[in-house]
Amino acid sequence: MDLQSCVTIQKEWDIVAARQLGRDIARKIGFGTVDQARIATAISELARNIYLYTDNGKICFEVIDNIDHKGMGIISVDSGPGIKDISQVMEDGYSTSGGLGAGLPGVKRLVDEFDIRSEDEKGTEIRAIKWVR
Amino acid sequence: MDALKLDAVNYKELLRHYINTQDEQSLYGAEQISKTFIKNNIPPEEIVNFHIQALTELYDEIPDHIRHSMDFLLETMISYGVAHQEYQTLREQQSELKSEISVAAGMQDTLLATTKPVIDDLDVGVISVPAHQMNGDYHHFIKGKDGSLGIAVADVIGKGIPAALCMSMIKYSMDSFPEATMSPKSILKNLNRVVERNVDPSMFITMFYAQYLPAESKLRYSSAGHEPGFYYDAESNTFEEIETKGLVLGVSADTNYKQYERIINKGDMIILLTDGVTECRQGDSFIESEEVLDVIKQYAHLTAQELVNGVYKHFERLQNFQLRDDFTLIVLRKEV
Repeated sequence: MDLQSCVTIQKEWDIVAARQLGRDIARKIGFGTVDQARIATAISELARNIYLYTDNGKICFEVIDNIDHKGMGIISVDSGPGIKDISQVMEDGYSTSGGLGAGLPGVKRLVDEFDIRSEDEKGTEIRAIKWVR
Repeated sequence: MDALKLDAVNYKELLRHYINTQDEQSLYGAEQISKTFIKNNIPPEEIVNFHIQALTELYDEIPDHIRHSMDFLLETMISYGVAHQEYQTLREQQSELKSEISVAAGMQDTLLATTKPVIDDLDVGVISVPAHQMNGDYHHFIKGKDGSLGIAVADVIGKGIPAALCMSMIKYSMDSFPEATMSPKSILKNLNRVVERNVDPSMFITMFYAQYLPAESKLRYSSAGHEPGFYYDAESNTFEEIETKGLVLGVSADTNYKQYERIINKGDMIILLTDGVTECRQGDSFIESEEVLDVIKQYAHLTAQELVNGVYKHFERLQNFQLRDDFTLIVLRKEV
């Protein structure tokens, strides 16, 4: 793994910047149009969570280039309130914003690998990986 | 070739055919292929992508604005795709739940099983149908060593699984009472204590308990706030409500229940029911209890079992085959 680049999320506009950077990286790695769009949507969801629920967070990207496969890591790190019940937020139909957002289960569906770590009052780190098909 | 590529090839061929002919056959093909897409779990963004690929392969030059508009369309489909996947998962979960509940319902049937008693001078008809899979109504027949017949009809306020769970408790409490205490008033008194101790205060159970003594042609009964049943007097050809007083089970720990009795003559009927019968609704309005009696009269010439079946079918149809509450109806007719 190498090359990490990050976008700090403070304003709603930063969500767009994160999408843009993520899509550019995805295109360079060799993702097709559909997967680029999925990656951008996943980034949106993660960045929106930071924007809505925390004061301090960023979205980082890493290029994964193993011998057998290429992929992209999307990492969301924040120092917000943390997620008390991860199983609950990973349940379908559960959304704190009550809106139509795909939520974290949606992000999980858009990518190939998904992992959350969260500590109460300390923050949350989400790592998502999409592999080139 | 994997399924995705095969779908893409088929889509391209269909599209080409349609662009050349604009015939109905290709549109029928489109309908079929979209069903295949659903079956193969192809998300909408992938279909837009098939379209873009097909256009690129069929035509050397696609105007930029068309190509960009297609990319834009693809982007707007992503969230639909995620929502569709979520819907698939929920559908699977729902069918798992359904089968789990049907196992529970089967278990309930076994646990609460009661056999219709055979008593020389009494024609008994009984039907109990749950509104959903599990039944919150309960009825039970107990034949005493002295030849008497105990008949219990109960209803948990509420329906579905909580009500059904509650009913199992009632049945096992009743099984544990010694036969010597089997008078209606003492059974209700004992059950009331059990319910008061073990059931959530928001849950109430009503029960009618009757005991038929064939030797004396006598019926003893007590009620814990249960929907009143009816008595049919054959001689005067009239129905009357069986009037009882008694607090629903589980409200106060030491409630005493009043016991009533009456002599049953030849041809007389005792009709016991739950509010699923009297509160049948036609559209938005409840039916009147006279209506229940009218329907019973219509079938009165039949055997007790045919009678209850006929009444049930009548109200099932009246409610468009969707019961709103569990439905239990018991008819006892004295034959000699």
